[in-house]
Amino acid sequence: MSSTVLLTIIMLSLLGLLAAVILYIVAQKFKVVEDPRIDLVNEVLPGANCGGCGFTGCRAFAEVLVKAESFEGLNCPVGGAETMGKAAVILDRQPVAVEPKIAVLRCNGTPENCKRTSYYDGAMNCRVAHSLYGGTTACHYGCLGCGDCVAACKFDAMYMDPVTQLPVIIDEKCVACGACVKACPRNIIELRKRNRKDRKIFISCVNKDKGGPARKACSVACIGCGKCVKVCPYDAITMADNLAFIDSFKCKLCRKCVTECPTGAILEINFPVREEKPAEPAVTEVN
Amino acid sequence: MFKTFPKGGIHPPENKITADKAITVLPLPSAVTVPLNQHIGAPAIPVVEKGAAVKAGQIIGQAKGFVSANIHSPVSGKVSKIEPVADTTGYKQMAIVIDVEGDEWIETTDRSATLVKEVTMTREQIVERCRECGLVGLGGATFPTHIKMTVPAGKKCDMLIINGVECEPYLTSDHRLMVEKGAEVLTGVTIIMKALGVSSAVVGIEANKPDAISQLTSLAGGFEGISVQPLRVKYPQGGEKQLIKACTGREVPSGGLPLDVGVVVQNVGTAFAVYEAVQKNKPLIERVVTVTGKSLSQPGNFLVRIGTSVTKLIEAAGGMPGDTGKIVNGGPMMGKALAMTDVPVTKGTSGIILFPDSESRRDEIMPCIRCGKCSTACAMGLEPWLLSVLSEKTMFEKAEAEKITDCMECGACSYTCPAKRPLLDYIRLGKATVLKMIRERITK
Repeated sequence: MSSTVLLTIIMLSLLGLLAAVILYIVAQKFKVVEDPRIDLVNEVLPGANCGGCGFTGCRAFAEVLVKAESFEGLNCPVGGAETMGKAAVILDRQPVAVEPKIAVLRCNGTPENCKRTSYYDGAMNCRVAHSLYGGTTACHYGCLGCGDCVAACKFDAMYMDPVTQLPVIIDEKCVACGACVKACPRNIIELRKRNRKDRKIFISCVNKDKGGPARKACSVACIGCGKCVKVCPYDAITMADNLAFIDSFKCKLCRKCVTECPTGAILEINFPVREEKPAEPAVTEVN
Repeated sequence: MFKTFPKGGIHPPENKITADKAITVLPLPSAVTVPLNQHIGAPAIPVVEKGAAVKAGQIIGQAKGFVSANIHSPVSGKVSKIEPVADTTGYKQMAIVIDVEGDEWIETTDRSATLVKEVTMTREQIVERCRECGLVGLGGATFPTHIKMTVPAGKKCDMLIINGVECEPYLTSDHRLMVEKGAEVLTGVTIIMKALGVSSAVVGIEANKPDAISQLTSLAGGFEGISVQPLRVKYPQGGEKQLIKACTGREVPSGGLPLDVGVVVQNVGTAFAVYEAVQKNKPLIERVVTVTGKSLSQPGNFLVRIGTSVTKLIEAAGGMPGDTGKIVNGGPMMGKALAMTDVPVTKGTSGIILFPDSESRRDEIMPCIRCGKCSTACAMGLEPWLLSVLSEKTMFEKAEAEKITDCMECGACSYTCPAKRPLLDYIRLGKATVLKMIRERITK
């Protein structure tokens, strides 16, 4: 009896030893040499795998960072300067200052401003609705309200407002990863420079129609009159296809254009209430 | 025994309310809006200026490139505007707006009703004439006819199939055309046969149109090589591949064209337009549109100039009933709902259907129970539930492997789904995305 037990133990030990030797040789032979810094950088990255950096996830971005000669053009929008600083220390590179950004919705087509002309009961998906027809309003540039952007947001920074039927971006939670920008079939959401106290001034409209039809479709549409372009002291506003655009990196938040706009298409958000003109018609949305 | 295609298919209520209503000519509207893109392919380029006087039949939009079609003025009058106008999709596209003055036609068009049976033109002349006259497939896909009439080198065509199926419920425009203009349609078929160089043609007609079957069968004796094939009523028999299978038993390979099995399919409406273009030199500026609906007081089939507002059509059919909930452009299965009625009739408008509110709302969407009804209904042998989920989750590479591009968007899956899932909505989106992916891959 005892010899059987002994033989079994010896046999199993020998087999184990043999397997260990084979595994060791194979492991040495096919060793994947990886830069240990990739793991270190990967650890300081947020691990959200949102793709905001333009790569397929945090580890892919870490690999790119380790290989890159300089940090020019590379940025983690979630971690921002802090994360990039840490990565720079690990890799002994110069961190490149990148302005933090924030997503803004360039449409103010609430049922009040933009009359609903039809009812949509197809699949609740913006891309489907966009491919089918112009939308529930006479404006076929504006928000479809099916919430593709909200579904795309991995940071719970968006929700659909049932009253305005528009998505709302929560400034504190938005990391400007750009997932919503990609999800929107109508390119309504834009990443803009994040200002102090999340102050924002932007043309809340993407309608490229001429003034008449645009205004007819929506009371707060940009009609391309060009008044804001003339009044801007910093040359931050440009006009193309009957639509004004404020460059957020040139804009100094002077608010002159807001009062000039005849339709109220320019929104100012998170600003203190103006004292000289308390009845400001332009502010239609306050976060 | 009536023939049909073997795989899938459904039988929705036919509702052919206007089947016995003769085609009536709609009075000229005061203005027409003619979109420059009424066909598959590149939009036409306007060749008239604002303020120019035009005659009916005069060319106002020149085809751009090979896959494109000429656009002609449907009326005589003055060009008042050339600007983007909302079309049936609600999106704006370039259109020519013409204020109607009188009804003066170009001199070359023979407007008499006499039947000209003898085909004197050569093959090349026929194709050229169809191109000049801006003919497109009138079944709904609006593919330029002159391209389909030219058999490319290396391909062989031995048979022409004429689609008189009209499998969509409600629509009767092709049906009326066959009953009232049978001889003209068959002459058109003879012309297409000559252009293709084939000796036999089959007109496929579903059995719910016995008057059209008997009419064309009796007329076909006077034409060489044309036979009429009655078919069992089943949707989507009007699909090119289904019709070929039903009429000849040949199966078009996945991703292939009817020419791969030596067949070309044309619609009866197209055959009639070919007759008018070749024998009468009349460009495609009017078509038969069915305006129907259960609550309409005078539903009917109307001969309408292209560019007429849908509002005018509804007025002619007795005005919009108060209970209208949805207006569909095209058939109830494949057509698309209109967001507004002030849109022009185009070459592809086969019908306008007004649904009462009680019938127009979609039911609440429930979870898929994997019953497989959609797979049974699919005439292409696809798995709609899977394609729909793949598109919804943006897994387009997988959807491509599952042959999403073979879907012809007939809507049988959505119709049959007991959970009322919007299957086709997502499949359409996935198909469009996959086709775009494939195009990008080719250009790369």
